[in-house]
Amino acid sequence: MTTLPNIDSEAGEAALDTELKALIADVLGLDPEQASAFGPESGLFGHLPELDSMAVAGLLTEMEDRLGIVIEDDDVDGEMLETYGGLLAFARAKLDPR
Amino acid sequence: MIFTWNNPAPDGSLPLEELLVAFDRGRPARVLVCPAWFDEANKLRRFTIEVMRRLDALGIDSLLPDLPGCNESLAPLENQTLAGWRASMVAAGEALRATHVLTIRAGALVAPAGLPGWHYAAQSGPKLLRGMIRARTISAREAGLAETSEGLMAAGREAGLVLGGWSIGAAMFRELETAEPSLAAGQSDLAQSAIGGPGLWLRAEPDEDAEQADRLAALIAENIGDSAP
Repeated sequence: MTTLPNIDSEAGEAALDTELKALIADVLGLDPEQASAFGPESGLFGHLPELDSMAVAGLLTEMEDRLGIVIEDDDVDGEMLETYGGLLAFARAKLDPR
Repeated sequence: MIFTWNNPAPDGSLPLEELLVAFDRGRPARVLVCPAWFDEANKLRRFTIEVMRRLDALGIDSLLPDLPGCNESLAPLENQTLAGWRASMVAAGEALRATHVLTIRAGALVAPAGLPGWHYAAQSGPKLLRGMIRARTISAREAGLAETSEGLMAAGREAGLVLGGWSIGAAMFRELETAEPSLAAGQSDLAQSAIGGPGLWLRAEPDEDAEQADRLAALIAENIGDSAP
């Protein structure tokens, strides 16, 4: 399901970052170049008016499909959704639960 | 462009009139379009019509009926069932003399088995519910309410549920929990990867993409051309 290389490596980390940015670009209708400007502090849910609960649900479901992870109710909290850095850290932890 | 068709009532009472958008010039190839559902219906409506415009330009008729309970339909949405929508799409296909079917996303769940055609980016019932339930738990949490997916699923099975503003009856809810699209004879999957670019149902707000519409219409026209006698 997942095509990401081992995320212990720097290349894996970069691949996850690229994948997640591409996903947000798809949801927000941005060019990939625009999405590449996202930094750890870039605001998501609560900061971007178009990112409502339906759009966030779509984003999480697509993350499940593309990353091959399962996101439970309890995983979803304000911290994980508030910034790009929070979402990236969440995805990283899901892929490598050690 | 806007026409009506009569959807037979399952209990034999008077049929209900439903609207459809059609590019109907009486040509040999007539594609019934089974639209995307609920929130995705809004996001993909323009794309769907844009594909139909292109099919028209390519010499192909297309017919997009409302699902009963949706858009201008007078039928209450909460009374709709998956079996009922399937029967409606079969009835629409017959009444409108469709020769092919194009389904969009969850529209694949109601594709008439008797028509050859294409399932564009087919969506399963469980995934559809999962996305809508998740949207509801996220907004509930924002509002300080404690709702769980499990609790909502149980409530939906029992008494139906309003998800994203859509009233889904208990029967429909239970049917969707196990509904998987299946390809009937002469039907094939058209994955988003065959169209290129990100699926427009992912978009936070409705959008359009001329290249994607071009590609989908061209694939259908090629396919009809190949199979013509």
